Amino acid sequence: MKLVVTIVGKDRVGIIAMVSNILAENNVNILNINQNIMEGFFNMVMIVEMTDSKIKLQELQNILKEKGNEINLDIKVQHQDIFNVMHNV
Amino acid sequence: MITINDIIETNRMITENKLDVRTITMGISLRDCAHPNIEQFCRNIYDKITKSAEFLVKTGEDIESEYGIPIIHKRVSVTPIAIAAEACKTDTYVPVAEALDKAAKEVGINFIGGFSALVEKGYTNGDRILIKSIPQALASTDIVCSSVNLGSTKAGINMDCVREMGEIIKRTAELTRDREAIGCAKLVVFSNAPGDNPFMAGAFHGVSEAEKVVSVGVSGPGVVKHALEDIKSADFSEVAETIKKTAYKITRVGQLVAREASQRLGVPFGIIDLSLAPTPAVGDSVAHILEEMGLESCGAPGTTAALALLNDAVKKGGLMASSHVGGLSGAFIPVSEDAGMINAVERGSLSLEKLEAMTCVCSVGLDMIAVEGEVPAATISAIIADEAAIGMINNKTTAVRIIPVPGKKIGDSVNFGGLLGRCPIIPVKSQYSSEAFIARGGRIPAPIRSLTN
Repeated sequence: MKLVVTIVGKDRVGIIAMVSNILAENNVNILNINQNIMEGFFNMVMIVEMTDSKIKLQELQNILKEKGNEINLDIKVQHQDIFNVMHNV
Repeated sequence: MITINDIIETNRMITENKLDVRTITMGISLRDCAHPNIEQFCRNIYDKITKSAEFLVKTGEDIESEYGIPIIHKRVSVTPIAIAAEACKTDTYVPVAEALDKAAKEVGINFIGGFSALVEKGYTNGDRILIKSIPQALASTDIVCSSVNLGSTKAGINMDCVREMGEIIKRTAELTRDREAIGCAKLVVFSNAPGDNPFMAGAFHGVSEAEKVVSVGVSGPGVVKHALEDIKSADFSEVAETIKKTAYKITRVGQLVAREASQRLGVPFGIIDLSLAPTPAVGDSVAHILEEMGLESCGAPGTTAALALLNDAVKKGGLMASSHVGGLSGAFIPVSEDAGMINAVERGSLSLEKLEAMTCVCSVGLDMIAVEGEVPAATISAIIADEAAIGMINNKTTAVRIIPVPGKKIGDSVNFGGLLGRCPIIPVKSQYSSEAFIARGGRIPAPIRSLTN
């Protein structure tokens, strides 16, 4: 199952490391990363594969949400299909 | 391949423009629950509903969290109770409404619809009992919705029922007067009611439907308005194109949710209802779309044309996005549920009479309109007759959901809370009587356009 992870918030050192670590710990593979800084705000979109993951989607959502809240980041994890259906005929 | 812009656009629609799926509605046939003993019948329907919809709420919540799209309501619609309960030896169906309410609360859904009768051509005994039971049924339940279809293009208009519904609406208001006459907010009178509508208060599981179906009602007026903000000076061809593209995107999400819900519940997919359903929240208004097209305030001359374009473009855009489209599908104009409509009424630009014109081109009809409690039953019946006639002649669904609030006057307002919103009391401009007209009764014959064979 492919997921889209979006991270938005104030930039600081170590955001990518923090998120990647959590994904690696849970055997979630990163397929694609797109990241930039707009007006001091950190924006990142990751496409990840969690077929072999040790945890369920909802658990991953909760872990990332909690971690994000600690450092003022909004982290969303969504099934990729919502974007596929909306933007592809 | 999806791009980062696609992802940002979708998430902005959800967070900033309030894109949501309004409802997943499970339709359940109650035709196999019939029993002469009403207590046994109530047990039968309670068991069937609680068993069939046991996982509906959980499934909705799972889909919501996996895809990150809010699913506001989970609902159930059932076979019109006038049909399902007809075998019961009884003179009231109030206990049936109470059983529906109890079953709905047990499975945790937001509304259950189908306390309904289809009487466009005439009454059966069950229809008579049902309609007489409506005021008490709506007063003694919380989330049961009721509807009566009293007209159609094929059958004409049952004017006996039109007369009766004026009185039933008044009585319902009276019995729920301590709660701002909220009973009337859960009661809708139809012409050409579809049997696959997932939206309340008019949802019921039509007699030609399968044993169970899952249907989805989308929403998203905020998304359409936002899209139009980017093309301020464009002509109407471009406005229509933009609405079509947006409606396509919104409907694709609805289709995805419907497919997933159907698969996970093991219940066949019914239809997607393409309706743009507003909420009282800021940024979720159909009136604001019309104003974005260039009207200073909803209700100004041009409003009907703007709504016609919107309603048509929504359908054209949504059609290709779903394998089965049905229900009401268009733009709703419920006054109390739409912040822009409420403002327009308050500033005096939107009247009951203009709303009637708008119902010729919107997806349904006069919806969530609060009037003075003193408006006579015959006037309410006559408003219903006008709407039913618009539906009958134009081969479209029309409806009336009107709330004559006891004790309230022009200048007052009522607050129903939640999705039902709040509404200033709207004046009925004509003070002249329709009493003798409504007293005639009988049937308005089916129009010439019903003879299509």
